[in-house]
Amino acid sequence: MNDIMKFDNELSIEKSRTGKRGLHFNCPSCQANIPLEAARKSEPKLPQLSEFDAVRHFTRLSKYNFSVDTHFYPLGSCTMKYNPRINEEVSSLEGFTSLHPMSLDENSQGTLEIIYDAHQRLCELCGMDDATLWPVAGAHGEYTGILLAKKHFSVIGEERDEIIVPDSAHGTNPATASMAGFKTINIQSTPEGLLDIETLKKHLNSKTAVIMMTVPNTLGIFEKNIKTICELSHKNGTLVYMDGANLNALIGLIKPGDFGIDMMHLNMHKTFSTPHGGGGPGAGGILVKKKLSPYLPKPKVEKKDGKYFLNENLPLSIGRIKSHFGNTQVLLRAYAYLLKHGPKEFAEIAENAILNANYVKSALENLFPPYSKEYCMHECVLAPSKELADKGIKTLDIAKRLLDYGFHAPTVYFPLIVHEAIMIEPTETESKETLDSFIETMRKINEEALNNPEFVKNAPHTMPVKRLDEVLAARQPNIKW
Amino acid sequence: MYISNTDQEKKEMLEKIGVKKFEDLISSVPKEFLNPKINLPAALSEIEISKKMRELSEKNKRLKSFVGAGVYDRYTPAAMKAILSRGEFLTAYTPYQPEASQGLLQTIYEYQSSMCALYDMDCSNASMYDGSTSFAEAVKACLRISGKNKILYSAAINPRYIETAKTYLANDPKYIFEEIPLSGGLTDEKYLAEKIDDSTACFAAANPNYFGLIENIEILNKTAKSKNILTICCADPFSLGALKTPGECGFDFAVGEGQSLGLPMSYGGPYLGIFTCRKEHIRQMPGRICGMTKDKDGKRGFVLTLQAREQHIRRDKAASNICSNQALCALGATIYCALLGPKGLKEACMINNSLAVKAAKELTSIKDVKLKYKAPFFNEFVLELPMKASELRKKVSEMFSIDPGLDLSHMGKDFENSLMVCLTETKNESDIFELKKSIEACL
Amino acid sequence: MKPEEVKYTKTHEWIKIEGDIAVIGVSDHAQHQMGDIVFVDLPKIGDKKEKGKQACVVESVKSAFDIYSPVSGEVVEVNTKLSDEPALVNQSPLENGWLFKMKVSSADTSDLLDWNAYSEFANNEAH
Repeated sequence: MNDIMKFDNELSIEKSRTGKRGLHFNCPSCQANIPLEAARKSEPKLPQLSEFDAVRHFTRLSKYNFSVDTHFYPLGSCTMKYNPRINEEVSSLEGFTSLHPMSLDENSQGTLEIIYDAHQRLCELCGMDDATLWPVAGAHGEYTGILLAKKHFSVIGEERDEIIVPDSAHGTNPATASMAGFKTINIQSTPEGLLDIETLKKHLNSKTAVIMMTVPNTLGIFEKNIKTICELSHKNGTLVYMDGANLNALIGLIKPGDFGIDMMHLNMHKTFSTPHGGGGPGAGGILVKKKLSPYLPKPKVEKKDGKYFLNENLPLSIGRIKSHFGNTQVLLRAYAYLLKHGPKEFAEIAENAILNANYVKSALENLFPPYSKEYCMHECVLAPSKELADKGIKTLDIAKRLLDYGFHAPTVYFPLIVHEAIMIEPTETESKETLDSFIETMRKINEEALNNPEFVKNAPHTMPVKRLDEVLAARQPNIKW
Repeated sequence: MYISNTDQEKKEMLEKIGVKKFEDLISSVPKEFLNPKINLPAALSEIEISKKMRELSEKNKRLKSFVGAGVYDRYTPAAMKAILSRGEFLTAYTPYQPEASQGLLQTIYEYQSSMCALYDMDCSNASMYDGSTSFAEAVKACLRISGKNKILYSAAINPRYIETAKTYLANDPKYIFEEIPLSGGLTDEKYLAEKIDDSTACFAAANPNYFGLIENIEILNKTAKSKNILTICCADPFSLGALKTPGECGFDFAVGEGQSLGLPMSYGGPYLGIFTCRKEHIRQMPGRICGMTKDKDGKRGFVLTLQAREQHIRRDKAASNICSNQALCALGATIYCALLGPKGLKEACMINNSLAVKAAKELTSIKDVKLKYKAPFFNEFVLELPMKASELRKKVSEMFSIDPGLDLSHMGKDFENSLMVCLTETKNESDIFELKKSIEACL
Repeated sequence: MKPEEVKYTKTHEWIKIEGDIAVIGVSDHAQHQMGDIVFVDLPKIGDKKEKGKQACVVESVKSAFDIYSPVSGEVVEVNTKLSDEPALVNQSPLENGWLFKMKVSSADTSDLLDWNAYSEFANNEAH
């Protein structure tokens, strides 16, 4: 992006000229009948552009962006892997995109078959019994999962209002718990970044409904006591929820269902390679063990006599979690990805994700001390060295300087329990050459920071804008033209 | 498979790490979990996938569809499709590093501005999942602001929105949902005035309502406001090219299903939840917000702002747990608005309305087929048939490859014979005659 | 107002009680730690607050800080200036940047710290 084109951030409304139009319709005998008192008083302030103006405007804006297609994007916890183009092509087939969500089942057999088969495959991959692909994002899936738990306890007549969340968890976990009306019990991780069994025992009581675990956890460490955690929880009548954000480390290699978890969500836009679109849409299906199956949201895709149908008749269901079935077009992409992989190929995903992360970690650990000395899973958490800290260099400075070198920054300042965290997730689709070049750049930045800290503290130097005044943005919000 | 490393490179990498084999890297994983049997079919090649998916897409029957009810068969402009397929937008993550995401952030700012313009509201967030979840979040915001527990809603709001809102409140019995009945298909403000009491948090209406009718939202808001409660309007953003806006009527929150702005129907998603509000409620907005600011040199730039409301900072005290949103769909809507502009959108509204008026006239000329409601409608209307609507729908779609509309039997006993027919710019007059003929033949 | 003229809590609020009215804000040390304040979510007048429970929230760009009530009582006035100028908390934490006033119901102030004790506490916590 550095020199491709002159930076132009004029707004579309500033390029607007009265009388221009990008799209015209034909309706020779149009006779509308909207009563005057129901009509809008003044024209909406939308830009007036020709089609060419609009195409150039948005194409230029697309250039002021890092993306997986154009840049290495090692954003920890986000699994920014390559998004195969075949998935785009097949998910855009008109037979899929033109289908109304309230079409009769007999006219929707193709899409229903895919959803049904995707359920089966995902359950098999993860060792779970039943699935729903309604939820449209990880957090939406989490909320659905926690509602299943709530329903479970109401059906068996137990009053439980606490959810245990480790302090290393994604922010969505505690937010979800409280959204569903539970009290969040935060528990501290051990210095190794694991859940401490003794601490857990202290917190498990007759009020504990659910424990939410991320496996591997957000430090990229496999929770080696997960089976014991599940056993202790079950003995207490507590359900175990697994945040599936980091499934890329396990896929094909380990079935989470074998740990003894009761439910988990999937981020299709992470593990199953659907593009993230600048923040969404994603898809966040839920997998459950048999005992939670009756509570899944309605309707459910089922099969009878070789025909697929939406079953609305589910008396124990938690209900509807959005108007219509999930982010179907995203699921179609994920389905194409499922088809592309058999058991062997899935295992290679996890293997290469783990290999790549350890390669980066081992190459950088002398300069950027890792949180844990152990081998990591699919991502590693590092931090600036004491030498850098003494020069006043912060994680943010390193992140910004990376942009100058054409690398998207890793996730920074997360997990919250690591001071100045730099969380790197290379994913399996990146090549050794790219990783080598990233490693080399990190070393270079380390040099720069030691020799010329002010220069690094003022990075980026080559982006369209320098560091932005976030205080001004928050104190005097300007959020529309 | 999409893995870049060769076997030779993998060997070199393991050596550099200092282990003999891959398994050494995962020694922390208990052996019992490793390498389970996975019973899945073998991998397909790209050509095979292409063929299989094409075959599956053809298992969906292609019908000329007159079904609407909140999801509309809209034309997607070619330029919009082309821009949305650009990898720079498609394969980016949330703009966490603003300096490397100015393009995306600017499109979010333009999206927020376009939605504020359409709805005549002060603030918009960067998007929610869909119309129903936006509605649910608006209800929750009203409960937070007021500290009260009763939600009044028009009986002509999409019933799926109400179901979703209840699910979003975890079906907690402490929240009471009460329906305001209709007269002639329109929300009756007299009932509304009677129902408001000290425990009422908010009132919600829809325009056009679920039956396609144009409500008098100005009076509804006034009635609610005279008793000092908060108000929510669900409005189809497309219709706001021509119809009175929630903002000019004084609603506190206005939400809508953005699918209507040129996004494909795709059997449920991805859609776009539009969420707007008045300035004083900005802190109650869920999700991301983009703001304009300056860089060190005083140059204009964009950042995500007011983030301390969100889950990654506020955790269990966040207004919502939303993280991923529908950014690409929001970009689509922004492009759609830019391509049509105020004049194009108004023209498109007029075409929709005009086709619907024409269709209603033609269809009610069939013997024993009547309009269920007299009130003016926007682009869909309800017919009262001399037979069960579900049966007619099945028959017509089997015989003529036309889906004649939605049977409203889910709305209760009075709707067994009610068929809701929707017209959009993707249809023309000959489609109307075709529809008429097919219904006639099946009655 | 000098920092010696008010009392402090271990959660970094300051309080000054005159008669049955208490003025509450955040300490200078705390505002430094918080960084640029961008928003103050003030309590409502008439709200009853319990000693040690959350009374309001102060936000910086990337964090939110709970402010705990140093005593129990009812909120009688809030610093409305902060809605437009949250930076007052940074510029003048002990005077123009006060947060809210309470009518004190039980004046149990035995655990409040004086300036010397608070300074020592804050210094120790920082290391």
